[in-house]
Amino acid sequence: MAFSIYKYASPMTFYGLAGKLIPWFAWGAGILTVLGLYIAFFMAPTDFQQGEAYRVIFIHVPAAWMSMFIYIIMAFWSAVGLAWNTRLSFMMSRALAPTGAVFAFLSLWTGALWGKPMWGAWWVWDARLTSSLILFFLYVGIMALWSAIDDRRRSDRAGALLILVGAINVPIIYFSVKWWNTLHQGASVSLMKSPSMASIMLIGMLVLAIAAWFYAIATALTRVRGIILERERQTEWVKELLEKI
Amino acid sequence: MQWASWSAFWDMGGYGLYVWGSYGALFFLILAETFFLVRGRKRTLQRIRRMKNWEQQ
Repeated sequence: MAFSIYKYASPMTFYGLAGKLIPWFAWGAGILTVLGLYIAFFMAPTDFQQGEAYRVIFIHVPAAWMSMFIYIIMAFWSAVGLAWNTRLSFMMSRALAPTGAVFAFLSLWTGALWGKPMWGAWWVWDARLTSSLILFFLYVGIMALWSAIDDRRRSDRAGALLILVGAINVPIIYFSVKWWNTLHQGASVSLMKSPSMASIMLIGMLVLAIAAWFYAIATALTRVRGIILERERQTEWVKELLEKI
Repeated sequence: MQWASWSAFWDMGGYGLYVWGSYGALFFLILAETFFLVRGRKRTLQRIRRMKNWEQQ
């Protein structure tokens, strides 16, 4: 096979590849966001039960999904990094964490703003909300742990270990609405059954979910390029690169 | 077109605070993250240039 993915495990090659991919994902995220917002506000009808308040769903659900997906991807890179000691893996999980924290915060914030008019409370300590709050604290804790340890290799490994231990929280979030009686509703969208919402609402939500993916990829790639430069600054290729830019 | 007027659009059936509070937070955070990413890249480049010059002395 002429093309090898192992080639891109080298920070030098990946730096270039990421640079080429970022504009595509950034523009894709922008265009999909505009399209998704148009569907959300001008095509999706008023909900017969919740009126216009339900329009929070278009950010709430994609943000909540992303906060969990990003954590799983970080856990994957942490496992790879711990097992094979690959440099790029730890950099990837570092690059993802701030974006994951942003989405975790957004899911809590929009949840509160949706909960108040519908439930009469900004916050309740039910299983779904509590486990989502723990996810946000995990992101913040992981970033704090990284910055608290000066030695880079120890910092990487400690962070990866915390990420892997915390990964138990993701299935807890996902299944919390099944395992416990929660005020939070069950899943409206799942792979097992047809979704229990109007299709134009679903389409708007999925478009914004893909936009969120693109956004997360663009921000993570931008961040990983910075980390690569910083960590590889002693190498010839970075020195040559600095002459050019 | 499902909105009778712009004010009906901003009012969101009385839920304006909740809906726009959510979308406002989304845009604020996206803009803030983009700003910090661009600034972070500039600062990283400055920092490693400085270290490189210092090492060459």
